[in-house]
Amino acid sequence: MNDSHRFDRLPATADEREVEGRATREEVLTWWEDRFGVDPAVFADYTFWERGSGKVWALRGAEPTPVDIEGLGITFMRTRQEHWKPTLTAVQRFGGHATANVVHLTREQAATFMAGEDQEHDWDGDWGYLVVTADVAGEPEPLGVGLYVYGELRSQVPKGRRRDL
Amino acid sequence: MTVLERYEPLVDDFEAFLAACERPLPAAVRVNTIKTTVERAMRALDEADIAYERADWHPGLFRLPEDQPGANWPYVHGWLHGQEEVSAVPATVLDPAPGERVWDACAAPGSKTTQLAAIMDDAGRVVATDNNIGRISALRSNAERLGVTNVAITHEDARNHSLKPFGVSESHSEARRTQSDTGEGYDRALVDVPCSCEGTIRKNPDTLDEWSLEHVEGIAGAQKGILRRAVQVTRPGGTVVYSTCTFAPEENEEVLDYVLAEEGGFRVVDFDLPLDAVPGVTEWQGREYDGQVANAKRIYPHHNDTGGFFCAKLEVSE
Repeated sequence: MNDSHRFDRLPATADEREVEGRATREEVLTWWEDRFGVDPAVFADYTFWERGSGKVWALRGAEPTPVDIEGLGITFMRTRQEHWKPTLTAVQRFGGHATANVVHLTREQAATFMAGEDQEHDWDGDWGYLVVTADVAGEPEPLGVGLYVYGELRSQVPKGRRRDL
Repeated sequence: MTVLERYEPLVDDFEAFLAACERPLPAAVRVNTIKTTVERAMRALDEADIAYERADWHPGLFRLPEDQPGANWPYVHGWLHGQEEVSAVPATVLDPAPGERVWDACAAPGSKTTQLAAIMDDAGRVVATDNNIGRISALRSNAERLGVTNVAITHEDARNHSLKPFGVSESHSEARRTQSDTGEGYDRALVDVPCSCEGTIRKNPDTLDEWSLEHVEGIAGAQKGILRRAVQVTRPGGTVVYSTCTFAPEENEEVLDYVLAEEGGFRVVDFDLPLDAVPGVTEWQGREYDGQVANAKRIYPHHNDTGGFFCAKLEVSE
């Protein structure tokens, strides 16, 4: 059973899975590679943990499992649902390594996105969750997660992170 | 200013001290080097047309004379964190290295925790403890925004900090609090304790309205307990930094003196600080303290045009 109050380390592979429905490290790495083209080597120093149903956290380094505390590294993604979803925190931290499903916005579009508003957008790539980037200090920088469906880029910026810029 | 008058015997140029305490401080930000470089952050501030002055003692600290941190592009990317200038002192004095295991005993809301992680290049472990669940929520949100991946956050009273919250399956197990607690010690500990905050008066002019000697003495009791625990859980040869943002010797030198006498096992050592500061006081209101406390440093508002601060570096005995 998944104990939603503590951090349990993800099993390396399906063969080692003891808790039903828990994502494996292998699946997590494959998903980031398939969806965003992030090389699994980027996460070589990280361990992944589940606390809460399907909430996966990423920790630099390792600790013995389980861990019964309030926080362990950063929130990383949501699993245990039809479409897995990265967090804004994870995309800001690791999205610079993404080579696929990255949408680059102008400053005005980025402001709309950061305000939490949806916008029409021309995108001929996959539907689903995208890494949203905008230029800052002359280079693209990951800003958050967008959901692209029906010609619309829907802002997935959580309420507490929205800003009027 | 009546509270501050008690410090007249300690402070050189007392009029300048009082005048500085009455001047407001500009907002200040620290560059989060986990996500960017100081150079890129400066370019982003230029691009956003935000005026800044670089602190001459720390390359990643900027005073913002006209702005508040919070609503600008470098901030939403997690490149900047609002942090008063002197509040950046204790983590720089602790100076942890990547790969070390560090305890931040009174961590929320996380300015110093995230600074420690950045100094460590986000590698190794920062165990960040706080006893207030609401403040832990602020700590978590700051650590997320700044992308800190090497932090472990625990909710407990630092005086009873357990070395073994990791790998214990039953929540709130009594076994965590016993003498059998023989987990691995920390390389370094930061003890930036709750205090009467007299040194923050330039940011919060109401700070001293509810000042009382009873409060100072009460909080000093907690400070002593937290520092004792930090010394106990730091490995031989390790470093502890004790700091407050207050002037009261009861919360500063007297805490060091008490823990030296009751706990022992460490020395208060000298350290370099690229800010003007004066030595810790060895005598206050007829009480004499261990001479080692002179190695601590007092930072007064009129010395560097900052807030007030106290910082001591402890070396745990081999």
